Amino acid sequence: MTRRREFLRLGGLALGGAAFAAARLAGQQQVPLSGQGEAGALRDPGSAGRPQERMTAIDNDAFVTAVEHRLQCTCGCTLDIYTCRTTDFTCTYSPALHKDVLALKQEGKTADEIVAAFVAKYGEKILMAPKPEGFNIAGYVVPGSLILLVGAAMFLILRRRTRVRAAAAAGAGSVALSPAPAQEVVATAGSGPVASPDELERLNRELRELDE
Amino acid sequence: MTLLGQFALWTALLVGAWAAVVGFSGRWHGRPELALTVTRAVYALWAVLLVAAACLWQGLITHDFNIEYVASYTSRNLPSYYIVSAFWAGQKGSLLFWAVVLSTFASLAQWLTPARYRTLMPYVAAVTSSVVMFFVTVMLFASNPFQRLPFTPPDGNGLNPQLQNIGMVIHPPMLYLGYISITIPFAFAIAALLARRVDAGWIVAMRKWTIMSWLFLSIGITLGMWWAYVELGWGGYWAWDPVENASLLPWLTMSAFLHSVMIQEKRGMLKRWNMSLIIGSFLLSIFGTFITRSGVIASVHSFTQSNVGYFFLAFLTGTAILSFTLLHTRWDRLEADVQLESMMSREAAFLFNNLLFVGIAFSVLWGTLFPILSEAVRGTKISVGPPFFNKVNVPLGLLLLALTGIGPLIAWRKASTANLKRQFTWPVVTGLVVLAACLVGRMSNFYATVALSLAGFTVGTLFQEFARGTTARQRMYSESLPLAFGRLVARNRRRYGGYIVHLGMLIYFVAFAGYAFKTEMEATLKPGDSATLRSPFGHTYTFTHVGVSQFEQLNRVVTQASVQVSKDGKMIGVINSEKRQHFSEPAPGVRQKSFEPSTEVGIKSNLEEDLYIVFAGSVDGSEEAVYRFTINPLVLWVWIGGVVLLVGGLITMWPGGTIGPGTSRRTQAGYEVQLAGAGSK
Repeated sequence: MTRRREFLRLGGLALGGAAFAAARLAGQQQVPLSGQGEAGALRDPGSAGRPQERMTAIDNDAFVTAVEHRLQCTCGCTLDIYTCRTTDFTCTYSPALHKDVLALKQEGKTADEIVAAFVAKYGEKILMAPKPEGFNIAGYVVPGSLILLVGAAMFLILRRRTRVRAAAAAGAGSVALSPAPAQEVVATAGSGPVASPDELERLNRELRELDE
Repeated sequence: MTLLGQFALWTALLVGAWAAVVGFSGRWHGRPELALTVTRAVYALWAVLLVAAACLWQGLITHDFNIEYVASYTSRNLPSYYIVSAFWAGQKGSLLFWAVVLSTFASLAQWLTPARYRTLMPYVAAVTSSVVMFFVTVMLFASNPFQRLPFTPPDGNGLNPQLQNIGMVIHPPMLYLGYISITIPFAFAIAALLARRVDAGWIVAMRKWTIMSWLFLSIGITLGMWWAYVELGWGGYWAWDPVENASLLPWLTMSAFLHSVMIQEKRGMLKRWNMSLIIGSFLLSIFGTFITRSGVIASVHSFTQSNVGYFFLAFLTGTAILSFTLLHTRWDRLEADVQLESMMSREAAFLFNNLLFVGIAFSVLWGTLFPILSEAVRGTKISVGPPFFNKVNVPLGLLLLALTGIGPLIAWRKASTANLKRQFTWPVVTGLVVLAACLVGRMSNFYATVALSLAGFTVGTLFQEFARGTTARQRMYSESLPLAFGRLVARNRRRYGGYIVHLGMLIYFVAFAGYAFKTEMEATLKPGDSATLRSPFGHTYTFTHVGVSQFEQLNRVVTQASVQVSKDGKMIGVINSEKRQHFSEPAPGVRQKSFEPSTEVGIKSNLEEDLYIVFAGSVDGSEEAVYRFTINPLVLWVWIGGVVLLVGGLITMWPGGTIGPGTSRRTQAGYEVQLAGAGSK
């Protein structure tokens, strides 16, 4: 038993560590800083990719990035605007779309209004996920509903079968072991008339088979 | 050599046709010499396809740019290891790769399968040869790797820079090995149906093939995630791209099969279901290939569109019709030996686990095809991206995680209330402790909280299983703790290897939960400027731009931006991110830029989080650099989970480990059995 406790203690420590790590995942914030160092010229700027524009605070704005995560870049990459403009630095579409988002924000539009403006201009394909309305609802609910339906049907059918079977078994007077774990059954079998040696042998054989 | 390659392909077509016709016809019944020719035809098929592969490699290595494939995917200055991997970089080469590997597996199946299954083997040969024939046909009539150009260019186009990564040397072959090896279990299933030998024999014959196939798929998918993470630069590893989804589909159905097949082996149940799963898995592997190559769905991973999609669609449809018709004709023979005894049994848990695996597969397939369906129904194009898949699949994945913890706790056949209470207590407690920690830590993400709590519960289950087994051994044999643990695993590799695989899976889930707390920002920095970012674990990282340097390396000009990083005020090193402009050299001293500049991410990993730095480019051709800084929590655990899963899978597959008659292993916590006659086989 001591070793089992050791096991449990070790497990507790491991879980505690995991829980502590999980707890530390809570708060998050980001703080950009900037300075004015010297910047020399590159020998071969053409090999360094498309020239970039300076980032401003608005580029990191949570509102802007959240809106851009909802909209797909039109370059055909299947990424959202934010991910495309910060990943595919050869794409000329996403920086332009980013500017459109910024312009709409400047006009004081809400996130939903900006998204609606994009949908009006580019169609529903601009959305990273279809709006859950009309036929699109089927997209969201069909898999879960099917699983629930099949699961419920499985449950009902199997429960009925197992009950019928249990009733038949009870009628036939089948002999079953007590519900205690097999180890305990085997351990106590020698001290009482629970099972004969033949039955114990068969039990052990079955246990082996089950465990393979 | 291309002539020899072409000849080898035509020979392969004929040899494959012979094996398929004789194998399927059944003329070999009672004629051992004819059965032998079928087996030999499989070996011959392998040999001629090896010749074809050698011819293509010879063309690649000798820079024979008159071969269209060689000119399209290599260049003179391409590093030699990428010349080797260029074999599967393009569609034509990958089709040949597929055929060669499948014929290798088919030969190994013929060679390694014990003689007691000899009645199945000609049918197995016929199925594998038919599939090989299909790929050879596609090559010969639609996508020939030995096609020559009317002229010889001085240099090739080179390999796409994103494919010039060690991940792309390993990841595609692994995934292909997974896809391809599913053919072997499929062949055994069809052989069992044709031979009307649908007892558990065929399952035993192909058990290790199934695990191997699943393992290759798992490794392939994980390596694909790693490649996407280190090479594509978007800061994540899974984007629910159609091609990624296509790799997940057979993995899910194979996972379902690996669980349900245990019920057939132990109880003689689910025979029809298992047949359907294997056939479905094979069809999904072909479906994945169809998606990748047909261009029917937009994907960043797709090969160039061509007419091979029609070939795959025809093959997919034909195989589905033939396989399920055959299954239908053998339906009565696949009656279960026994019926489920209780809803509170491991069999029932496995049934619901199967429902979830197949349900998630359906859900992924549904989402992948929904844009086509929507366009057909409404005439409107839509996009189905990660937000959709996460919304639909994350709850299902969490249910699956819960079942991963529940399954091993329930006894076979029938569990009593007392037994359930005894089994569930500690796992539930551990799950609740983690949940409490998440709540105390004010974890804001609901799904992450649920995932971590369920992971805690599942860890509790696994720990309890190992602890009970080990302590039982210690008591019975007076073994030391490590020895008892080692022998526990060694004596029942399938069971405990499986638990280690479960451990790997739950590590994945924990890592995925961490991804919900990804933090990122963009900054433009001059040399000496700094940006700070606070990590989800509460550390403050300061990134100081050191400068930008340019140099030549192999077949590229590298523009390297360096950032000095400090963590909570303490310096932890320099991280470099690069822009790489690849070039080709059509003639000595002549240099041409090939492809757009690619980005090489700078990554620094630890167990808590990854610092992921992307150099976006320079401002006005100066050293003033634009960066994206990302902090990705727990990403390293994705790869650790993959390694744990691999170890568990290898333990499961390792030969031996079965329990001999003299070995006492009575202590199976949680098991209950009925004695004589009570409905057992």
